[in-house]
Amino acid sequence: MNKITNFIITDIIKNKIIIIYTVILALFSWSVLSLEDNTAKAMLSLLNIILLAVPLMAVIFSTIYMYNSSEFIELLVSQPIKRKTIWLSHFAGLSISLSIAFILGIGLPIVVYSPDAAGFSILLMGLFITPIFIAIAMLCSILARDKARGIGIAIMVWLFLSLIYDGIVLYLMFQFADYPIEKPMVIMSALNPIDLARIMVLLKVDVSALMGYTGAIFKQIFGSQIGWIISLGLLTFWIVIPMWFSLIKFKNKDL
Amino acid sequence: MIRIEGLKKSFGKSEVLKDINLQLKRGQCIGLIGPNACGKTTLIKSILSMVLPNDGTIYFDQKSIAGDETYKNKIGYMPQIGRYPENMSIIQVIDMIKSIRQFDGQTDEELWVAFGLEQAKHKKMRTLSGGTTQKVSATLAFLFSPDVLILDEPTAGLDPLASEILREKIIMERQKGKLILITSHLLNELDDLLTDVIYMQDGKIVFFKNTDELLAMSNHGRISKAIGHYIKSAAV
Repeated sequence: MNKITNFIITDIIKNKIIIIYTVILALFSWSVLSLEDNTAKAMLSLLNIILLAVPLMAVIFSTIYMYNSSEFIELLVSQPIKRKTIWLSHFAGLSISLSIAFILGIGLPIVVYSPDAAGFSILLMGLFITPIFIAIAMLCSILARDKARGIGIAIMVWLFLSLIYDGIVLYLMFQFADYPIEKPMVIMSALNPIDLARIMVLLKVDVSALMGYTGAIFKQIFGSQIGWIISLGLLTFWIVIPMWFSLIKFKNKDL
Repeated sequence: MIRIEGLKKSFGKSEVLKDINLQLKRGQCIGLIGPNACGKTTLIKSILSMVLPNDGTIYFDQKSIAGDETYKNKIGYMPQIGRYPENMSIIQVIDMIKSIRQFDGQTDEELWVAFGLEQAKHKKMRTLSGGTTQKVSATLAFLFSPDVLILDEPTAGLDPLASEILREKIIMERQKGKLILITSHLLNELDDLLTDVIYMQDGKIVFFKNTDELLAMSNHGRISKAIGHYIKSAAV
């Protein structure tokens, strides 16, 4: 497994896109953190960029990489290697290289400017969001044989989770504003990894006071230690479940 | 060495393999022949578990291959159309497979030398012609001196010189008592290589016979003609 993972990581690093991604993340974070005096505000800007750019990059890059890797996968399957090893090595290779890019681009400036709970929670969420969207990308790539279709599905999933889902939540919030909707709101937010990551960071930045009554409920539920554990558990599920489905699919695939 | 029992495979509605039963032994050099789309490649890919059967079992050395992959250490496979990572050079592909296989013995680099791949080793896979790609596939198949060689259309795309080199190599390996399975449409090329012939049609095995037996049944001196003769007489 290590050999294939190593091989994939070197292959991805040779592909210059990952370096450009690192540089862009670094530019964003250095400029946001050095230009903004108010750290909390800077953190919020950074958070919004991260929650939009990181999943998009992870999902598109990984889907295309998996399609381009089909020859390599075919070659490996004819060799004495378990299919599970081949698939998990691809996941590990993609996760490690994109996570390194994230740590170099976002982690360094955060450690320099804001080495506090909020900063580290942003880092941690980025390190969850990256593999989550890689797992989703790998599932999309195995569900559709056609490349254009697979990439299309992957982008739709990203669009849904990062924009449309929020729209639906907002719509429901206005429609049912007269009812006690805090609990359902919490559940709905917890089911979307991007929303969940946003809430986890917001609670650490301590702007939840601005969010009113709903914010208080969020703080009550997610702010506790058990809340953190449950949230991290949910995020882990978002990695494990797509990965598990894609692995079953891959094990039964005819090449 | 390889035993196939009741193998069935369909892609969607089309049944590609219909109840295949075979027993392949060490020392045989088998020609798997038949018209296009008769299921030859699917059968070969099933043996390599690249295609997973709907029904039936394949045994390698008495052990079912389902869920196992160690048996592939003993197989050298040359695909019909070799597909390789485009950005890798020839030598990188070879080195990668070597490191993945964890092979202890001496690798067999005869074909590497004979095909003159040493001079081209830094070329990227995507820049190679079809014939050179086939040479890389052949080198990889023979590299680890496997007990079983599975060659899918080995000479397609090779120039006559390279074809001849590959033929010589196949004959040498046959003499070492290996099991060799070759598919081809070009019967003439296989004439003096084979010990047995499997003829497939529409996903079924029409016959599996020793070449001597085939030759004895017709008075033609060549296997290719004898097969044609046999098919015609069977149809009548």
